Amino acid sequence: MISKRQALLGSAGLMLAATLGLGTAMAQETVKVVGVIELSGAGATAGTNYKNGAQMAVDEINAKGGILGKKIDFVVYDTQTNPGNTRAAVQRGVDEGAFAIFGPVFSGPISASMQIAQKAGVPQIVGGEAAGLTKQGVNTIFRTSLNQADAMPKLAEYFKNDVKAKSVAVVWVNNDFGKGGRDAIIPELQKRGIKIAADIATESAQADFAADAIKVKASDADAVFVYLNEEESARFLRAIKQQGYAKPIVGETTLLGAKVIELAGDSAEGAKGHVGLSVDAPNPLFAEFGKKFQAKFNYKSDHNGIKGYSGMYLLKHVAEKNGKFDKEAWLKYAHSAIIRTKDEPGILIDSKWDANGDVDRESFLAEVKGGKQVITGTLPPVSKF
Amino acid sequence: MDQFIQLILAGLATGAIYALAAIGFTLVWQTSQTINFAQGEFVMLPAILVLMAVKFLNAPLPVAVLLATGMFLLIFGLGFKTYLVDPMAKHGVLPLAIATMALSILMKEGAKDGFSAEAQQFPSLVPEGVVRLFGATLSLRDIAIFLVAVVAILALQFFVTRTRTGRMMQATAQNPTVAKILGIPTERMILLTFAINAGLAVLASFLISPVYLAKFSNGEVIGTAAFIAAIVGGFNQVRGALVGGFIVGLVDNLAAAYVSSAYRAAVPLALLVLVILFKPEGLLGSKEERTV
Repeated sequence: MISKRQALLGSAGLMLAATLGLGTAMAQETVKVVGVIELSGAGATAGTNYKNGAQMAVDEINAKGGILGKKIDFVVYDTQTNPGNTRAAVQRGVDEGAFAIFGPVFSGPISASMQIAQKAGVPQIVGGEAAGLTKQGVNTIFRTSLNQADAMPKLAEYFKNDVKAKSVAVVWVNNDFGKGGRDAIIPELQKRGIKIAADIATESAQADFAADAIKVKASDADAVFVYLNEEESARFLRAIKQQGYAKPIVGETTLLGAKVIELAGDSAEGAKGHVGLSVDAPNPLFAEFGKKFQAKFNYKSDHNGIKGYSGMYLLKHVAEKNGKFDKEAWLKYAHSAIIRTKDEPGILIDSKWDANGDVDRESFLAEVKGGKQVITGTLPPVSKF
Repeated sequence: MDQFIQLILAGLATGAIYALAAIGFTLVWQTSQTINFAQGEFVMLPAILVLMAVKFLNAPLPVAVLLATGMFLLIFGLGFKTYLVDPMAKHGVLPLAIATMALSILMKEGAKDGFSAEAQQFPSLVPEGVVRLFGATLSLRDIAIFLVAVVAILALQFFVTRTRTGRMMQATAQNPTVAKILGIPTERMILLTFAINAGLAVLASFLISPVYLAKFSNGEVIGTAAFIAAIVGGFNQVRGALVGGFIVGLVDNLAAAYVSSAYRAAVPLALLVLVILFKPEGLLGSKEERTV
């Protein structure tokens, strides 16, 4: 005869087994992607755009049945733009069995965390631009933005041929991103006979740029190159316009981003330079993405939104090409992937990834006119593909 | 020379904001003998409240400014005194100081979660542009910030020293027991002090947010600079906070220009150490004796 206690235990056991069974079944229907992204701190603007772009791609992919029949389970952890938190979040993602890590966007936190993903053999799709990231033999890292080493020669040409500057003041943020950019642009400018009139380091999350703006003005350079993160770029533009600066203000991608234009207001007017990605680029897929993003999040996406979106489609495309969720096979394919929009519209622009995880594609020249980023030219990829 | 004049003006404008916030430290110190560690967040929040009123209530900017100002004065003037300072002060200075630290975190995280973690544009309430003066191009906004802040502080100084209510406030701050015996409504005077503190914080917030952009973390920078300014100038004197604010603003800007941005924050701290070592009551502060 079964006692009441035994009956209760038996029922509990059955329930547990059923729950575990259900959990396993759910796990089989999803593929986990962990976002390790700057949702607060100095990188909040870049990170929020990156996350929203990725989330939009996830929603679209899941609505169409997911990848290889599995829906994407996209979980995001806020790194607070802190390298220590980023390491912990990447480790957590690896421990949770993520098929891929998505982010971070800032180069410093990427540099601090990428070895963890490498050790576990987990692909990591990042938004960083610092040249050094893909020079360290980490075979799991894939960029969604151009390497500074590829972008800066294009920009130096622009200084020489379009801006016709003989001297340039360089303002950069003292983190991995800014230092990498500064180290990449100065030799390229000097190679073209352009003198560095001032070399001004600023701090991440710096609030007051009055002194730096006054130094730029006093340098009497023909133009200033601004290489700061989003919020700092806006503060700098406001500060330098307050000093009555009227010479060309040139930047690389970030300076001309939608969020910077919004934050800087009229002070962004006339800023120009090179942009890797833009919803204003003459490309119907970018325009369509921009409309969808605006409708979903009620603001204009910057380049980080495009990076997040196209990065998720990189993940999907490669997994589908392999026909299975195999991290090793994914890494192998992605290291020489050429993805064209005719095959994968979500990639938005024909792109090629090399053995280091660097991406190559067309890029653009732009200027802020009437409170909007206006594309003034298209530059070809570094290598033909 | 042009560069130096521009740096001085920019330093004075920044310093004027620090002075407004530093006066808050001195006011709270005078009435409750404690340090309000949420003072930086007091300057951060009003601008965020304005933007929240615009976003969530679709209020036009002038209405949003009035709403935010009223709400801030109510919550962080009256509410701060009634629900935090009064109950905690009974248990001594330390619990109150710790409570203000907790309030600081609450305000910061509340602004982040309730509104946004990202910086936001805040409209300038003073004119923008440049003027030529003594051969140097000067920022009209810097001049306006400097003038508005200085007029506000001088008005406060006039109110405190030249009006009956101001003198009652001073008497309450110096010796509340005797003031009460003399018939001064001390509770009302203390409340007025907290309301003035909140009002100055609102003014500082509206002046600085177009420059720094409105962001939940702004209080860290402003709070630290204002705290240093209050100690350098003299924690128990309004005019000390004014001078301290200008000194810290100038030192900060000149250090950024002539030392480096990386070490700019260290220079005011070095100044602070020197003041603590050689004139612990602050440059314009007066010595206080306490029974312990």
